[in-house]
Amino acid sequence: MAEVEETLKRIQSQKGVQGVIVVNSEGIPIKSMVDNSTTVQYAGLMHSFIMKAKSTVRDIDPQNDLTFLRICSKKNEIMIAPDKDYFLIVIQNLTE
Amino acid sequence: MEIVYVYVKKRSEFGRQCNFSDRPAEINVDIQPDPGLTANFIERDPIDAGIQCASDMSEHEVNTERFEMENAGVNHLEGGWPKDVNPLEMEQTIRFRKKVEKDENYVYTIIQLGSLMEHCIKQNNAINIYEEYFEEEETADVADEPPSAKTINVFRDPNVIKRTATHLSWHPDGSKKLAVAYSSLEFQRSSKDMSYDSYIWDLENPNKPELVLRPSSPLVSLEYNPKDSHILVGGCYNGQIAYWDTRKGGQPVELSTVEFSHRDPVYGTIWLQSKTGTDCFSASTDGQVLWWDIRKLTEPTETLVMDISRKGVLENALGAIALEFEPTMPTKFMVGTEQGVVITCNRKAKTPAEKIVGTFSGHHGPIYALARNPFFPKNFLTVGDWTARIWSEDSKESSIMWTKYHMAYLTDGCWSTIRPAVFFTTKMDGTLDVWDFLFKQNNPSLNVKVCDEPLFSLRLQDNGRFIGCGSKRGTVTLLEVSSGICTLQRNEKNLAMAMFERETKREKILEARHREMRLKERTKAEGKEEDVKVETEEETPEELLARVQKEFFEIIEAEIRRKERAAKLSKPQAKEITDENEDEDEDPYKEE
Repeated sequence: MAEVEETLKRIQSQKGVQGVIVVNSEGIPIKSMVDNSTTVQYAGLMHSFIMKAKSTVRDIDPQNDLTFLRICSKKNEIMIAPDKDYFLIVIQNLTE
Repeated sequence: MEIVYVYVKKRSEFGRQCNFSDRPAEINVDIQPDPGLTANFIERDPIDAGIQCASDMSEHEVNTERFEMENAGVNHLEGGWPKDVNPLEMEQTIRFRKKVEKDENYVYTIIQLGSLMEHCIKQNNAINIYEEYFEEEETADVADEPPSAKTINVFRDPNVIKRTATHLSWHPDGSKKLAVAYSSLEFQRSSKDMSYDSYIWDLENPNKPELVLRPSSPLVSLEYNPKDSHILVGGCYNGQIAYWDTRKGGQPVELSTVEFSHRDPVYGTIWLQSKTGTDCFSASTDGQVLWWDIRKLTEPTETLVMDISRKGVLENALGAIALEFEPTMPTKFMVGTEQGVVITCNRKAKTPAEKIVGTFSGHHGPIYALARNPFFPKNFLTVGDWTARIWSEDSKESSIMWTKYHMAYLTDGCWSTIRPAVFFTTKMDGTLDVWDFLFKQNNPSLNVKVCDEPLFSLRLQDNGRFIGCGSKRGTVTLLEVSSGICTLQRNEKNLAMAMFERETKREKILEARHREMRLKERTKAEGKEEDVKVETEEETPEELLARVQKEFFEIIEAEIRRKERAAKLSKPQAKEITDENEDEDEDPYKEE
């Protein structure tokens, strides 16, 4: 339990990180460092996106699997680390 | 065949240090080519074959049928929570979350993902992989790229009965909208079910027009007011003028009265530069040019009859099809007529007779488009019959430059707003031509087949990059031209100016010669009427031929010398010399 907290705190303290969200496989946000409405929005949107990306990778090569997903946009970068049951979503500002 | 080399060595000599010594080369084996073996091989032409060690893939294209789409939004609320947990209740959600956090799998997973994530975050912080490295470097000169045009969007007439897109007008600021006038120009061909509507299209949405304009008679021409982008003026098929305000909807705000309007379709409407921004004028094939103030459309403020005999008689008037007005010269305007004559007029003249300043004739058929060169207003382009011609105001007898006669009728044309020597024309066979007169004069630089049906109208957007073409079946195609056509080349303005001046000078010289010759002929005819018989007996055919040849060559020499002098000033020369030689050919034979 404490390790989880420590890990998430360490991630949060990195330079440029705006928010950290942990979502389970059903799309329910378990832990979040941002406000509720943003959390819900991200959880809902990212979930379908991750599923699509995962299935795409598997379609191209069934023995392949998605390890990491990065969405770079003009203002920030959304990084998603997927797992079988949970996703870790981090929003980071691009360094100048 | 076994190749074996046997040598013998004493046992005591094994392991001794090697003593290398030089000796001449010895041939151990010499295998000569055996021509007899060629019978086992078949000679083949050397081929170049590329091989790639990759999996075979095939390319497939799929095109769906066009269907109408509509955008709709859905609002999602929080969900996904298991049945027994009510998302609105804080306690239940907190309890659920705590339960999950106690799960061992959760702890393990998060630690794993956390380390992976940290790696990427640190990566991001260490170096910006999306950094723009070569921002300051300019892109290389792409003048070598062949000109091309790409279709960006196609706007189709939503009605079942298709009408011709007769006129296009871009929105004055930003050009995000296009107003298109639809009507059927074929005589008595419009059926009862044909809709009268014209549309304003938003470039982003080709499925549905942004605004539907509903006049009482189909619109032949339509123009946005350059000062006020909400106002449009349209000329109707029955001769009336109407104006719309897009804020007020699709019905015209006001219509001109039938008694004082034109009697034929209004082919041209242009806004004038005035302080109030409400003045416009219109032209129609009934031979009249009318000036209107849109605040009071009950009667025109001024009329002018296109009668070149300057008597103002309507029966003799020429039908006007194309109108031209340049805001930098507010008192002058030009009218292109059905009979192939361009009339220049001065609005500020005192009497109606003086209003018509001059005429230019040269086309065999109606002049469908008339445009002044935005960089050199003295030169203007006319498009009609099977050619496009460039004129200079100083040379009234004929055009200074012209394109060859095409197979299809030319329907519309306009100058490029960026390059002074480039213009666009559309033809009845559905092609769009881009002409670069500095580069090539006998053929268009680019010929694009836009659609299968004839193209009727053309309009270039102000930035010179996008062109809208309207076709007979009401399809408006939006094309983007390659950057070579819409970027100003080095020194182009000077070259174009030199070219126009040179051609104008040439025409003037030809005109002067023609006048001289006509004068000579007249004096000859008057003086030598009695001696005609004697003259023909004196000069034998051979002498006549020799005299003509000598004169011909003298004229050519003179021209070549003049050309060489002029050649030092400007570049593309070869065609001019051949053109002028062709012209000179006719002269000596006329003298006879």
